[in-house]
Amino acid sequence: MRLYDEAFVCRSKNAGPFQVTIDLMFSSAESYRKVLDSPNFTREKIAPLYQIAPDRIEIKPFERILTIKVVLPRRHGSGSPADTDVYGSQQHFPLGNLEI
Amino acid sequence: MKESIRYLSLCGLLGYGYSPVSLENALKLELDFIGVDAGSTDPGPYYLGSGKGFVKPLQVKRDLSLILKEAKSRGIPLIIGSAGGSGAGPHVESVLKILSEIVREQKLSLKTAVIYADLTADFMKQAAAGHLFSCGGSPEFDPACIEKLCHPVAQFGTEPIVEALKLNPDVIVSGRCCDTAVFASFPIWQGFDPGLALHAAKIAECGALCARPVGANDSLVVEMHRDFFTVEPPNPARTCTPDSVAAHSLYEQPDPNCFYEPEGKIDLSGCSFEQVAPRKVKVCGSRLVPAEKKTTKLEGTVKVGFRSVTIAGLRDPSAIRHLDEIEKGVRAAVAESANFVREGEYSLRFLRYGLDAVTGGNEGLPEIPPREVGLVIEAIAPTQEQADALLGLARSKALHQGFPDRKATAGNLAFPFSPSDFSGGAVYEFALYHLTDLPLHFEPQIMVIE
Repeated sequence: MRLYDEAFVCRSKNAGPFQVTIDLMFSSAESYRKVLDSPNFTREKIAPLYQIAPDRIEIKPFERILTIKVVLPRRHGSGSPADTDVYGSQQHFPLGNLEI
Repeated sequence: MKESIRYLSLCGLLGYGYSPVSLENALKLELDFIGVDAGSTDPGPYYLGSGKGFVKPLQVKRDLSLILKEAKSRGIPLIIGSAGGSGAGPHVESVLKILSEIVREQKLSLKTAVIYADLTADFMKQAAAGHLFSCGGSPEFDPACIEKLCHPVAQFGTEPIVEALKLNPDVIVSGRCCDTAVFASFPIWQGFDPGLALHAAKIAECGALCARPVGANDSLVVEMHRDFFTVEPPNPARTCTPDSVAAHSLYEQPDPNCFYEPEGKIDLSGCSFEQVAPRKVKVCGSRLVPAEKKTTKLEGTVKVGFRSVTIAGLRDPSAIRHLDEIEKGVRAAVAESANFVREGEYSLRFLRYGLDAVTGGNEGLPEIPPREVGLVIEAIAPTQEQADALLGLARSKALHQGFPDRKATAGNLAFPFSPSDFSGGAVYEFALYHLTDLPLHFEPQIMVIE
């Protein structure tokens, strides 16, 4: 199943002008666990989706509300000449398309 | 010392609006102050760079005009943070102008404390000599751009606002400050726990975003107690739940378990959230770990040129298939004709909506080409005149550019507008988004608006 279908919220947004964070929220503990335990849900597998180095990606689980946060560096600062998404609000899908 | 204080966060961002019902309900309560945050870097570097607000003056005026008289008649301060959106000098001035208009219309007199957050070039030189540290993924600071910085500001914490509160003003108009400073200053001044005060402020600064249905454009009432705080939306259509409030700590933050402010690290790992009334949530356990050395975040932008754009659509399947060749042909033709700007001093960009414009090519091209493609062509050059001329060249070349198997030989592009081209004005980028460990002091100034 795609991550986008497994999560009930899959969203991205700037965290300052140089980072984007993706929030993945799940409706059950099983779903949340399944994603965290998936061999596809790793920094190494996420890196090529955004063409960045794995060590620049952070994965932060937040069990209290069954949410996983993924923090990515922006390739271009928000609103700088080469940027395509000033608010960073449409950068979730390459990750959402990942098979779990 | 008070055992509890209550405050109103007017809305998530000054000018985004709030429900009159919320205001009416909130004003039935005894309030100690009203706050509203106006700041954000989300809309990009243009607003700090240009000195303009991303919210229009009429929007700001609406939100302020309903509340000023109410705050004044109750004798409680109204605190406006990061005035004008980016909180530099021109932004603060724009809010003072709006306040003057309202004061005139409503026949008020306002004792106003103004705090400017602007940084001098001398300070920046001192900071650049080993006192600037990257934050939130920002690239290393380039000292060569100090002279070019447009409106560098400090995003200060609670101290200047506490100083302003001591002057007993009707209104505080603060330049760029931390969102939390708007709401944590009063409780901290009154001796409440800074960890709780900052966590409550972090939630309050977004208005009713912590409620369901979410509402950045609505109000929130916060009660601070000695060892907990509560949040409740005054609009009966919204509800706070433990999950909705806990989830708020995810928003625009790289780490849900903690956040950082000039005062230190706010540790949320020991927090608990409890439903204490049908729409009200109690929070306890937030803890401030004071910073060993105080740091302040600085923001600044540089101008990188001027922009001109055109918008067009493509329907011809062959033209869509050959967009790469069209772009290549246009670039070559522009380079050949643009004798009014040096190569390397301008840039052209083709944003292909429907193909790869949004995720910047990270995902590759779709397997099946779309039926239509939206094309934005952008030129950036040292002057607006040059950008407009470059764009004009690129647009006309793109319209007529040949490619293999071209059948629609009359034109490649469907322009929805006449004129087809738009001057986009100055283009900026964030050049300063760094922490400094140098001490900074911002003195509130009192002025009476009448």
